[in-house]
Amino acid sequence: MTAVSSRRQLNYIAAQAADARVNLEIETEGMTLNIGPQHPATHGTLRIVAKLDGEQVIAADPVMGYMHRGYEKLSEVRTYPQVTTLINRIDWLGSFANEVPFILAAEQLMEVEAPPRAQWIRTVLFEMSRIANIVLFLGDMAVQVGAVTPVFFAFRDREHILNQIEAATGGRFHPNFDRIGGLKDDLPKGWIVETKQVMKKMRSFCDEIEELVMGNEIFQARTRGIGVVPASVGLSYGLSGANIRGSGVDWDVRRDGTTGAGGLVHGELDWRVWTHPDGDSFSRFWVRLQEVRESTSMVDQLLDGLPSGPIMAKVPRIIKVPAGEAYVETENPLGVMGYYVVSKGGLAPFRVKIRSASFNNMSITPWLLTGVYVPDIITILGSLYFILGDIDR
Amino acid sequence: MSTPQVFAELAYWQQTGIRVGAALAAVLLVSGTLVYMHLFKAVSFMQSRLGPMEAGPYGSLQLLAEVGKHIQKEDIFPRKADRFVFGAAPFVVLASTFLLVVVVPAGPDAWFIDSELGIYLGLAVSSVSVLGILMAGWGSSNKYSLLGGLRATGQLIAYELPLILAVVGVVIQAGTMNMADIVYAQANGEIFGLGVVGNPYILTQGVAFVIFLIAMQAELAQTPFDMPVAESELVTGYMTEYSGMRFLLFFIGEFATAGVFAAVASVLFLGGWHIPGIDPSADIMNLLGPLVMLVKIVGLTFLVFWTRFTMPRFREDQLQRLAWKFLIPIALANIVVTGILKVTF
Repeated sequence: MTAVSSRRQLNYIAAQAADARVNLEIETEGMTLNIGPQHPATHGTLRIVAKLDGEQVIAADPVMGYMHRGYEKLSEVRTYPQVTTLINRIDWLGSFANEVPFILAAEQLMEVEAPPRAQWIRTVLFEMSRIANIVLFLGDMAVQVGAVTPVFFAFRDREHILNQIEAATGGRFHPNFDRIGGLKDDLPKGWIVETKQVMKKMRSFCDEIEELVMGNEIFQARTRGIGVVPASVGLSYGLSGANIRGSGVDWDVRRDGTTGAGGLVHGELDWRVWTHPDGDSFSRFWVRLQEVRESTSMVDQLLDGLPSGPIMAKVPRIIKVPAGEAYVETENPLGVMGYYVVSKGGLAPFRVKIRSASFNNMSITPWLLTGVYVPDIITILGSLYFILGDIDR
Repeated sequence: MSTPQVFAELAYWQQTGIRVGAALAAVLLVSGTLVYMHLFKAVSFMQSRLGPMEAGPYGSLQLLAEVGKHIQKEDIFPRKADRFVFGAAPFVVLASTFLLVVVVPAGPDAWFIDSELGIYLGLAVSSVSVLGILMAGWGSSNKYSLLGGLRATGQLIAYELPLILAVVGVVIQAGTMNMADIVYAQANGEIFGLGVVGNPYILTQGVAFVIFLIAMQAELAQTPFDMPVAESELVTGYMTEYSGMRFLLFFIGEFATAGVFAAVASVLFLGGWHIPGIDPSADIMNLLGPLVMLVKIVGLTFLVFWTRFTMPRFREDQLQRLAWKFLIPIALANIVVTGILKVTF
């Protein structure tokens, strides 16, 4: 026997074993349903391997990594200002919010602080990207439950927000606007008045969704009591954002953050954190709807109290970050997002670890999907609200 | 009813040819109208967009473009598909639609068959589509298709019952199962001595009408009862593996069936081709009748598509519960009440 033929033999045995596994699945009474990677409900390339008994799920495993783009590694060969271009694309619906924690971490390492006006505008854009993101969720959740029309309303009204973000930053989806020590530009003329009108439109959109989707009996029948996450389970799986507030945990990094969200000014605003005690799909939807309303009022307050002054702190032309480590997390649209930045004093970060919300939110799916029916898989996944870029990075 | 004057002079094959042509027109033209008016335009306006605007004036030729696209597409068979079953399924579904359309009269002489068992025959053949859907689900060798096919079967059987029971009320009140006679009964009927508009049974059989509409929505597998094709979970259910011409057949079947069920509903509940003030058996009604019917069909199907694009969808068990626990008992009560009133008055 030569080496080639023994390898052939091994391949043959492996193929036989694989066949046997497949046959075993066919012979048992259950069925393995492979949802994705290409599936209309996973808005991206998420794969869920669900073992079914009839239409009931016995076990569900999310298989992640189909969209892995290696941002953590790529960040190591880019200078600090260049990294924001990459991380814009993590959660592509609320791009500006991705930049903020990274920039804050870098500022913390360099020991610079953005001037007040930059901080306030940063917070405005941060909240606007939250609105742009969650508005789409409100429409998309209706699609997951089977109503087609609300998502068109969501796209229609998100357009206003995107127009404002574009007017201020020049980019609709990927603003790439945040700089270490401030912002790229000041707000354009007339922007404040227009944005206030847009906020009014968003509030009326929330009312519309409340009547059209949330008040619908079928929607309630499909979401109430479905996919219940008890607070303790949610905490142990590391859920964050509206997913954990939907389980009644009163925790919001914007208010309770300890690792220094020094660049955002939520502390100076009058707002509240919404929670819902039920923990089901409906409560997650409800909490997000309230958060959009809360964000619109925050933007209004921010625009009213916008301080004057410079937009950029004094930073060197070539940014070299002194050696050290920093971890900053903020309350992003999808949940808590954090960047752990290690610097060795060079032009590029030595190591960047991204803690993205969706990755942790997804980890609860095997627990949550066990025992539900196939139609509920989709509504539960929809209500957990993940963006594939945010899972795989 | 006698054979009409014009037809009596034609040979049998000529009569048959005319009837087949008319049936094709009744299915294809109506479904085309519905696709353009409701799916392309009405729904677009609901969703604050314009719909197709490029092909032809105001997008009026979009339909031809779509059909042309589907005709020239490849007809793909999945490798493990049961080829005969997979290929035949769309034809079975469409056949059920054609079988149903023949019982609907559109004028005193504009009918395809004049059967004493008209509505009975119609309800019987409308269930044939279940077979086609199950064949499509099974033949595709796709798990999504299989789930969709099984869901469709369970749903269509569950909603067949309230549909039939709703019709029974009408049949009791009209005293006949002949579709044309049901129209005459409505045209000549009177409510509390007022016979100006006749007695369209929507007035006296309102409960049955609502049940019929709900069951019709479910039979057509439109939202909120579109569990079989639930595009956000089962891709498109039993249609997932179809492409090209066969997909087009399913698509035509969907809209044509909507039109035909609406036609049945307008005969049973809205007075069919009758126009108040004109004798329903006058010759002119052979021309006006189809137009009147078309208006009623478009109106009823608008309700169907309005609901479809507004409502979320039920889950399978909730949908079954609605049929067995609510619709069927109410329909039975309706029959009892109708029977008692029929005997009393």
